[in-house]
Amino acid sequence: MQSAAITPSPQPVHADVLAHLRAEFGPRILAEQLTCDGIPTLWVDRHDVKALLLELHEDCRPSFEMLFDITAIDERLRVHRDGQPPSEFTVVYHLMSFAGNCDFRVKVPLQDKDLTLPSVIDIWPNANWYERETWDMFGIRFEGHPNLYRIVLPPTWKGHALRKEHPARATEMEPYSLSDEQEAYEQDALKFKPEEWGMKRESENSEFMFLNLGPNHPSVHGAFRIALQLDGEILVDAVPDIGYHHRGAEKMGERQSWHTFIPYTDRIDYLGGVMNNLPYVLAVEKMAGIEVPERVKVIRVMLCEMFRICSHLLFYGTFAQDVGQLSPIFYMFVERERVFNIIESICGARMHPGWFRIGGVAQDLPEGWDKRVRELLDFMPARLAEYDSMVMNNGILKRRTQGVGVYDTAEAFDWGVTGAGLRATGFEWDYRKQRPYSGYENFEFDVPIAVNGDCYDRCAVRVEEMRQSLRIIKQCVDNMPAGNYKSDHPLTTPPRKEKSLQDIETLINHFLSVSWGPVIPPNEVTVAIEATKGLNSYYLVSDGSTNSYRTRIRTPSFAHLQMIPEISRGFMVADLIAIIASIDFVMADVDR
Amino acid sequence: MQFEVGSALSIGSILLTVIVVAAMLIWVERRLLSLWQERLGPNRVGPFGLLQVVADMIKIFTKEDWVPPFADKLSFVLAPTVIMIVILLSFSVVPFAPGVGVIDSNIGVLFVLAMASLGAYSVMLGGLSSDNKYALLGSLRAAAQMVSYEVFMGISILGVVALAGSFNLREIVLAQADGSWFVIPQFIGFVIFLIAGVAESHRLPFDIPEAEQEIVAGYHTEYSGMKFGMFFVGEYLGLVLISSLITVLFFGGWMGPFLPPIVWFAIKASMFIAFFILLRAAIPRPRYDQLMTYGWLVLLPLSLVNLMVTGAIILSTQ
Repeated sequence: MQSAAITPSPQPVHADVLAHLRAEFGPRILAEQLTCDGIPTLWVDRHDVKALLLELHEDCRPSFEMLFDITAIDERLRVHRDGQPPSEFTVVYHLMSFAGNCDFRVKVPLQDKDLTLPSVIDIWPNANWYERETWDMFGIRFEGHPNLYRIVLPPTWKGHALRKEHPARATEMEPYSLSDEQEAYEQDALKFKPEEWGMKRESENSEFMFLNLGPNHPSVHGAFRIALQLDGEILVDAVPDIGYHHRGAEKMGERQSWHTFIPYTDRIDYLGGVMNNLPYVLAVEKMAGIEVPERVKVIRVMLCEMFRICSHLLFYGTFAQDVGQLSPIFYMFVERERVFNIIESICGARMHPGWFRIGGVAQDLPEGWDKRVRELLDFMPARLAEYDSMVMNNGILKRRTQGVGVYDTAEAFDWGVTGAGLRATGFEWDYRKQRPYSGYENFEFDVPIAVNGDCYDRCAVRVEEMRQSLRIIKQCVDNMPAGNYKSDHPLTTPPRKEKSLQDIETLINHFLSVSWGPVIPPNEVTVAIEATKGLNSYYLVSDGSTNSYRTRIRTPSFAHLQMIPEISRGFMVADLIAIIASIDFVMADVDR
Repeated sequence: MQFEVGSALSIGSILLTVIVVAAMLIWVERRLLSLWQERLGPNRVGPFGLLQVVADMIKIFTKEDWVPPFADKLSFVLAPTVIMIVILLSFSVVPFAPGVGVIDSNIGVLFVLAMASLGAYSVMLGGLSSDNKYALLGSLRAAAQMVSYEVFMGISILGVVALAGSFNLREIVLAQADGSWFVIPQFIGFVIFLIAGVAESHRLPFDIPEAEQEIVAGYHTEYSGMKFGMFFVGEYLGLVLISSLITVLFFGGWMGPFLPPIVWFAIKASMFIAFFILLRAAIPRPRYDQLMTYGWLVLLPLSLVNLMVTGAIILSTQ
């Protein structure tokens, strides 16, 4: 087998940051870890982590504006930990710098007997939910956190689900039953108690109404609850409550083989289809050291852009519907149907094809695929223009959405907003341009932006993105490279079969890879992509086994929902609906 | 028994026709909306799906007639009947054709306005008695919306009343007998009446009291079975009423060449019904405070100016 010896040297900007931190922190840095994604990783003690993060956020040049992710790893069963400080639970901070276009990882080792470390909410407000999730999943306490409640699991849950000792299968647990007392107890736990969230029940001149918007409400796009504190129709405060759609995708990632986890990724952002496969397979390929053929890259880009169009069309239609315009969604389903027909003829499935493979795609393109794609390219621009006049130029819609739910670029950084929500604040930053993956550097397209950062602009950016996606698809059709649809690398799954009946080595490799699954060399990697709703990243830890040791899925919707109270205070209930619609989220993407 | 204004036959057939038309509108609206939205709509039950209404009726009549335990029983039950009653009563003064009508009242216009005001109670009571927060928000919005839009509705038709010199709807139609429909001199009045009419019957774009994307179903969130059915049919009755009134007040009622008068009336009223359905398919919903601002700052001054100008012209030509 080929060895996966890819340890890219840190980018120059990293070298500066690292030198600065070495000078600043010296021996307080416990270790420096090299991962195959080239993101510098520093280990520090929990007493120093806040100082280090503050340094990275405030004084470093370039500064790390965004807290991209906080998660943890249960290290107790991990074998390959060469050069890493002893740790039973490791908390991982992933930071992003837009100014320097680079990432940074900070790790904190913790021992099971004392799982506490300081909260960083006062540096990045979006740490709130990430810390709650880490507490929920691992039982790690963040000191100074205002309300460290469970976030995705029910408040009555016993244990912490992502710890290795927690069962992953229903068969490992008692058969489920729900007695009357248990039901009453669970229901009581779901009651919203305003005092727990520091809310008052009345002000000097009025009594507040607390309204449960959801988990079943026509406009919350899935099972999502927001507890509203209302003064008449004016929103005083809100508490989003998520977790109703949680399926434990990260836990599944630990028990499925590298290959069989691919279909699960489809269901993360269920409107994104194969777009979800992409960061996952890219991450595995990076660890395995697989270079995919040009044809694979272009096929992947084409399908991803088709799914971007599908997702944006659905967003566009529901956005109009949520401000009371009933018809556009029906028109948009016509195009969506066309795109799905193409996807179906290529992948065999429509919404969740699960079609990308480690080292390639499942099949080659079918004969005559380009004809239908060209038809779509001819058909769509006129329809998009029609929607502009129907939706975007409508006076009532403008009045409903302009100036509503406004935030600026700095706030977007604070809350971890990426994707169209970030570009609508006038900040031109698209992962496909800034850090091209899967061959995006070979395509010509523009990054649309808007300047006001309100609901209308978020929609306008996405509308323009659809046109850019069409442009990219056109380039794919015109320049589809010839070649194989799968890499020749032995870890490609399933491997190519041509030679398997000719020499015994290939046959053994094929047999193992299909029956057992590929063995990915021990490493760590984070790969992010510009998904339909923002940056979606997979942080994979391989322990040299047939499945992942830790699968962390960072989704854009999770970050975006956290911001809802911040941008909707003082608006009316109807505005809240417009704000929710403009965020473009699906609950599966939030809860995973 | 003769077919003339006020006869039992006349009353009976008007009542029946109006209710059947309102029920059929459920099918008409769904088919028209789907026509405009590139889909098929209900087309399975009977020819063109016409029997869909019958199926819906059977369903709605046989559903459990449930009153939530937390609701205020009496007003919860009364609320949906109020809307049916007041709208059906309003039809009593509408002159459908020569000899077809329930009464020729000298205060026809005022009677319609009075009934419209009572209609607001139905929505308010329904929302308040449900003891549901969405319903409360809905009735809050409904109260504000209906009470304000009644004002402009009333003022907008005073121009017509002045031109015809009568509050009697039949005389208003007769005053347009020479073919000079009031829509021409009273175009502004017509537009304001139309907008206020949509707001009064709270249909999209002004379905703010029941905006499903915001407050689930607004004031009738807790209603089910036939009580919901009454609100539902009441809304369509309101639609028929507004269309009939527009026909009578601004478009010469039953007047028209060749065809029988009642057919002309039906054609004109259907045009407006279709227009209201088209509005629903095309326009987004403004926010509740935007609707109020628009009403008080645009429609009210405009209707007052319209009335004053009309008055001045009438006085100067006398």
